[in-house]
Amino acid sequence: MSLPAIRFDDVTVAYNRHPAIHHVSGAFAPGSLTAVAGPNGAGKSTLLKTLMGELSQAEGHVDRGGLRGRDFGYLPQAADIDRHFPLTVADTVLLGGWHRTGAFGGVGRDLAGTARRALSAVGLEGFEHRHIGALSAGQFQRVLFARLLLQDARVIVLDEPFTAIDERTTGDLLRLIRRWHGEGRTVIAVLHDFDQVRAHFPSALLLAREAIAWGDTETALSPENLLRARAMAEKWDDDAAPCVVAREAAA
Amino acid sequence: MSLYVWLVEPFVNYGFMRRALVASLALGLGAGPVGVLLMLRRMSLAGDALSHAVLPGAAIGFLIAGGLSLPAMGLGGLIAGLSVALLSGLVSRTTNLKEDASFASFYLTSLALGVLIVSLRGSNIDLLHVLFGTILAIDPEALTLVGIITSVTLITLALVYRPLVAECFDPGFLRAVGGRGPLYHLVFLFLVVINLVAGFQTLGTLMAVGMMMLPAAVSQLWARTLPGMVVVAAVTAAFSGFIGLIASYHLRFASGPTIILTASLIYCVSLLAGPSGALRRLIKRPHLAG
Repeated sequence: MSLPAIRFDDVTVAYNRHPAIHHVSGAFAPGSLTAVAGPNGAGKSTLLKTLMGELSQAEGHVDRGGLRGRDFGYLPQAADIDRHFPLTVADTVLLGGWHRTGAFGGVGRDLAGTARRALSAVGLEGFEHRHIGALSAGQFQRVLFARLLLQDARVIVLDEPFTAIDERTTGDLLRLIRRWHGEGRTVIAVLHDFDQVRAHFPSALLLAREAIAWGDTETALSPENLLRARAMAEKWDDDAAPCVVAREAAA
Repeated sequence: MSLYVWLVEPFVNYGFMRRALVASLALGLGAGPVGVLLMLRRMSLAGDALSHAVLPGAAIGFLIAGGLSLPAMGLGGLIAGLSVALLSGLVSRTTNLKEDASFASFYLTSLALGVLIVSLRGSNIDLLHVLFGTILAIDPEALTLVGIITSVTLITLALVYRPLVAECFDPGFLRAVGGRGPLYHLVFLFLVVINLVAGFQTLGTLMAVGMMMLPAAVSQLWARTLPGMVVVAAVTAAFSGFIGLIASYHLRFASGPTIILTASLIYCVSLLAGPSGALRRLIKRPHLAG
């Protein structure tokens, strides 16, 4: 699996002209396993949405190295999904096969088999015909990971995958993430448990609107870096002047 | 014998009753499934708004054709309904207004406009017919139109079922895999509008949406899977059409409200008796061992 790096080049994304991420530069190396950490409102989800092309940047450029939409497997925060929709677990997982079935193609026997294996990989063997409405939050997250397995994407992007998830499920899903890493996929996950990041993620991006540190986890999450991240003003400055960093740099 | 007199004879004796029956059955088959998806998309009120939006178009068609003519009014309604759907979508995408708020403002405008247009030229009887429908006006031409609309609806739904469900369940996912969600949303709105157009001849513009929402609500009380819901909704809608027509014939009620009230009655019974209904909660059954 030869993958290009994903580079952020001086990226700023603003809501109402106030920057949510501010002049972020750096790269996710091919096959790296990176945690994106930082305080609330640091712009972690914004960074992922920008990466997925859902937000347009006010400044800068994201270089996806020629990767297309289908190369990304993106799991946004769970709140975006209607969990009481009348679908079965199997239907939900099979959505992950979209690149093979498209909107109209049939689900073949091998795809159904892949879906079954994906379900047993997340520990939900025999749950095919359950309704998603009857699942617990942890079980539902396992279903979404099974869908990601089916997507077989080269870059996997997770937004707070373990929020409100029990310890055992978190452990199982972390094992899956390590498996993806071992298969050479690039994995990017937003997390806010620093201990979890230190234990499982070799690389980290510490974000506090600006990229405080990006690289080896131990260095990135050093005490002084964490202190700097915490010092980030959570509140917007209503009287902030237009940012001139870029213009000065160009001059 | 008396059952025959009650349930079958009206259709044997009168051609208009037969046409009305076929129209209601066809309408139910199309509108029921559309209603289920409308409800699952949390767009019940948008459906209501669209049904009002159809009115000015139907009224202009009514003026141009010089009377009740389903093809002319249908075409007008289709254009008006689609314009409101598109404009609302546009407004909610370009301003801070949520889609339901922009729907509400557009449909109130078009309802006022529609009533004004009809009252300018038609008599009050005509206005009543447009608002509440009349089964007497269903000629073979109108019947063909309703049949075409139902066929188009069912075939289209079967074709776009997967993207439509995916867009409804997890729009972010469909966007991420490049599934053209907005296109299917538009196709779906088109189906909603054509079914409202089909509905307003028998039910009138105000009641047409009832043939969608009530069966959809009933289906949620009885079925747990989407295919099950679609079947329950279609059967409920068609059955309400049949019973409603019989009742309106014997009791000399207006057909539209009677059909909708029949559906309401089924809804009330389902509220009590359905698997997710009230009675099941009162009657305690021992839990299973595992």
